[in-house]
Amino acid sequence: MAEVLIVQQVLNGLALGMAYALIAVGYSLVFGILRLVNFSHGSIYAFGAHAALLFVGFEFGVLPAILLSMVCTGLLGILIDKAALEPLRKKNSVPIAALITTIGVSNIIQNLLMIWFGSEKKAFPAVFNLPMIEIGGFRIQSTQLMMCVVSLILLLVLTLVINKTKIGLAMRATEQNPKAAKLMGVNVNFVISFTFFLAGASAAIAGGLISGYYQIVYPGMGFMAGLKAFAASVLGGIGSLPGAVVGGLVVGVSECLAATFINSTYRDSVAFIILIVVLIVRPTGLFGKKGITKV
Amino acid sequence: MLKIEGLHTHYGNIHALKGIDMEIDDGEIVSLIGSNGAGKSTTLNTIAGLIHASQGKITFRGKDITNVPAYKLVDQGMSLSPEGREVFAALTVQENLRLGAYSKKDKGAIDASFQRVYDLFPRLKERINQQAGTLSGGEQQMLAIGRALMSEPGLLLLDEPSLGLAPNIVQQIFGLITDINRQGTTILLIEQNANMALSVSNRAYVLETGRISMSGDAHELADDSRVKKAYLAM
Repeated sequence: MAEVLIVQQVLNGLALGMAYALIAVGYSLVFGILRLVNFSHGSIYAFGAHAALLFVGFEFGVLPAILLSMVCTGLLGILIDKAALEPLRKKNSVPIAALITTIGVSNIIQNLLMIWFGSEKKAFPAVFNLPMIEIGGFRIQSTQLMMCVVSLILLLVLTLVINKTKIGLAMRATEQNPKAAKLMGVNVNFVISFTFFLAGASAAIAGGLISGYYQIVYPGMGFMAGLKAFAASVLGGIGSLPGAVVGGLVVGVSECLAATFINSTYRDSVAFIILIVVLIVRPTGLFGKKGITKV
Repeated sequence: MLKIEGLHTHYGNIHALKGIDMEIDDGEIVSLIGSNGAGKSTTLNTIAGLIHASQGKITFRGKDITNVPAYKLVDQGMSLSPEGREVFAALTVQENLRLGAYSKKDKGAIDASFQRVYDLFPRLKERINQQAGTLSGGEQQMLAIGRALMSEPGLLLLDEPSLGLAPNIVQQIFGLITDINRQGTTILLIEQNANMALSVSNRAYVLETGRISMSGDAHELADDSRVKKAYLAM
């Protein structure tokens, strides 16, 4: 019986973890390009979930709603960069200024969501209304399975974009040496905008998936999810995409196991215990590169 | 091809360039020599659009390019191989070169550029899938120059190509610079190794604390007693 419970929770955790991974890649993408932890990313995720809720209300289907929400949330990412971060880069301000700015932006988004949608928790329709699946005695909710599949496909697409396309090459070049990238004819500001778009769009999908799973959205939902995903990306090595996925899965699974076997009130603390341990034992994370400061 | 009139550049409160006039004609190799901190790199970076010019005018192929951002100049036919090489260390040699042709869309033309660069630098072809950071200093310099050539520039700006390289490698690099010039690329060269620079150049400018102090035929300058004393250590 205990084995069944463990496997069940691991499966729950993997589904949740894949969605965390989608949020975590957002941190990694932006950090890779700007060496900046974007603390507004949790609120971007909440914005994505609310946008999806809004578009679901128009009743042209859940999937088109999530797609629309992806575009809107991606554009929000660009807007944040253009309005709040690019002016700081132009002035060569200290990195901490940009970091604090993202915390401010996070509050602005969260409060705007409260004004537009109200601060109460709202019901979100199930994204995938499919029956339970039974494999070898384990019951898997089809929602969880779809969360895994959708996240996996998106992460693969993201990896392909970064490794196989021209804009991906420009992103990797900018990540390593923005000055040399400019000299190659790369419009670095465009690359940064594109990166914010990708990060926002992935967060929106995560927002849609996780909201469809818990069937609930509220303006403050991004705070905890954002911090957990941040812990996940630090665990994997911030800046590394495979790291974000592994980190997300570890955080998701340990959260579900802790909720079952320790106490469900501790579920949120697991991510932070992991974060603290990683920072003490291996600050570069599992897949992180050493010497991230440029010579 | 390139004309610079009364160029001033500031770094914050530091007045780095104090009115520079230069001209480069089609097909020339022109070098800009001067001691450390004279403003050589600043001049090149201002031309290439990396640094904002506070005053003056830069004309390239008849077009005013003053303060046009760097990424737009590549498409217009100007390309800079920066000081310290600045290769993309974690990318492969091939990816580095591909980035050099970033502004180009025609696949056939890109392949032709690859061929040209591999003909000039056979060493790079041997290391096509190697990460640029694992190359030796000389190979990285070749990669930086090759990368700058991938956009098939009319004007190639070279910042300190001899920096930190062994004398025999320096000889080799300068041989290649003359080869590139013979293939029809105009070159503006910046060097601390004034001896080497003057030996391959048609003309030269001497830069002293943000001002041009001398200019003229490279071989005449190499014979000039003041140049000899200050820059050629004779």
